[in-house]
Amino acid sequence: MSSTTTLMTEAPDVPAAPTSDTPAKPFPLIRHSLILAGRSITKIRRTPEQLIDVTVQPIIFTVLFVYLFGGAISGSQHAYLQFVLPALMVQTVLFATLAIGVNLNTDMGKGVFDRFRSLPIPRSAPLVGAVLGDVVRFVTSIAVLLGFGYAIGFRVETNALQALAACLLVLFFAFSLTWVSVFLGTTVRNSGTVQGIGFLVMFPLTFGSSMFVPVNTMPGWLQAWVKVNPITHLTEACRGLMVGGAITEPVLWSLGWSVAIMAVFAPLAVRMYRSRT
Amino acid sequence: MTDLAIETAGLVKMFGPMRAVDGVDLKIPVGGVYAVLGPNGAGKTTTIRMLATLLVPDGGTATVLGHDVVREAAQVRARVAMTGQFASLDEDLTGLENLLLLSRLYGYPRRAAQERAHQLLTALDLDDAANKQVKAYSGGMRRRIDIAGSIVVRPDLMFLDEPTTGLDPRSRNQVWEIVRALVGAGTTILLTTQYLEEADQLADRIAVIDHGRVIAEGTSGQLKASVGTGAVKVRVADPADRDEVARLLGESLATEPVLESDPASVSLRVTNPAAVAGALHRVGEHGLVISEYSLGQPSLDEVFLALTGKATEPEVPV
Repeated sequence: MSSTTTLMTEAPDVPAAPTSDTPAKPFPLIRHSLILAGRSITKIRRTPEQLIDVTVQPIIFTVLFVYLFGGAISGSQHAYLQFVLPALMVQTVLFATLAIGVNLNTDMGKGVFDRFRSLPIPRSAPLVGAVLGDVVRFVTSIAVLLGFGYAIGFRVETNALQALAACLLVLFFAFSLTWVSVFLGTTVRNSGTVQGIGFLVMFPLTFGSSMFVPVNTMPGWLQAWVKVNPITHLTEACRGLMVGGAITEPVLWSLGWSVAIMAVFAPLAVRMYRSRT
Repeated sequence: MTDLAIETAGLVKMFGPMRAVDGVDLKIPVGGVYAVLGPNGAGKTTTIRMLATLLVPDGGTATVLGHDVVREAAQVRARVAMTGQFASLDEDLTGLENLLLLSRLYGYPRRAAQERAHQLLTALDLDDAANKQVKAYSGGMRRRIDIAGSIVVRPDLMFLDEPTTGLDPRSRNQVWEIVRALVGAGTTILLTTQYLEEADQLADRIAVIDHGRVIAEGTSGQLKASVGTGAVKVRVADPADRDEVARLLGESLATEPVLESDPASVSLRVTNPAAVAGALHRVGEHGLVISEYSLGQPSLDEVFLALTGKATEPEVPV
């Protein structure tokens, strides 16, 4: 052990590390959050099975809806594919936002969060980092879904730029919904409950929308709900941008909802996170 | 600045109706090792979590390196490092990835972070495990990588929560070596432990804590002296002789013999050490054979027993 002892006493002299005495670098929250987002991505590389919900799941849903229900709903599988793929993109990403709440709920009890919280970094940096890291998962899911959709015959009927705009819109909406998931994850006692509540909220939001069937086939009371459901606006916006239809109004509604959800839940989530010990 | 690394007054933390920490007063000098000793559930971990700004106290005050732990938490965090009782690193990442992450968070540029991470791995004898996930580490390796994470930037003050609980003796000695080296480099260390031997070996001063209160404080010598002048411990060659030896020694020294769990050992509190030689001689005159004897200060075990009225957790098997 004598060599260890020598090295140990020497080691602390090496590169003078910035402490509170040295001038702080600018934008600590952004810088530290990005470093911690890197941690999430490294973790995905280590445990690729974390990506099942954003890789295998969208493919299963696509197959299920297109080949099982497509003929019955639209008369032809291809017509339904054009109708449903933009919606599936929304659905996949929405469900993918649940994971972060579940993960945070499990993570917060572990020692590593104590470590982060005892570091001289902004207290919300690990949280923001995890949220940013999740964007990688969302992008993966969109790529998988579009790739698979293309392979079975989906075609963008507008142009590449508008299709890209649709993807970005979904990402932005998912980013804002992530804060709801985080809020749940930091509020609820155990991760199973996070999952349960998440699904409970997600089902009426996704299925009670114009995602899978035309609205005019529904009874009046359901149409009333579907029309105020933000997911309907987001779905319509994506359809408009990818296969044609109204664009401006649903896009503005979607952006408005995203900003509103984020404005309410991001501060709440950060507050809950900071107060949790 | 003050000369105290840590000063607390009337520190209280409630968990529901339970007072986990119930008015702790500590004055911990800069430099050296300070041990907070106590059984499970005594409030040790809660106390250091408050000092490391991970928990907000419900009452009382605490300053760490001159900064209030509540109002100036950021200044405290910039100068201390906390090594928690359970793996304080990301178990899904490798040791190297963890140290890189922490180095980057501490502000090292990319290349310097690489250098620092490798330096720490080498210093703590973890080079071979650099690319293994931390969850695959043994207990001793885990403690070392935890400590490595705490010295990415050498802290002025380091909290170690039960650093050797559950370690085998060799790993425990390694951790002790590291602690001594850190102290040599100028870091003040506050450690909690439930092992008396650890406090005895490492700490300059010890606070004994039980039910959320400090029940004794001082150097290990002072704590021992507070219990009594000393004890004589005798081991007989044949356990069958023990009762007779105990009776004879008890008579000569005019104290109650204590039969130890070792079937060949007996110990007696001694007020007059000079009488011991005569007492042992008398045992010999009765034809009874003593294989070992020692006369010394009471062990911290006895101190603890005297202070709390109960025995400590079993020690790590040696």
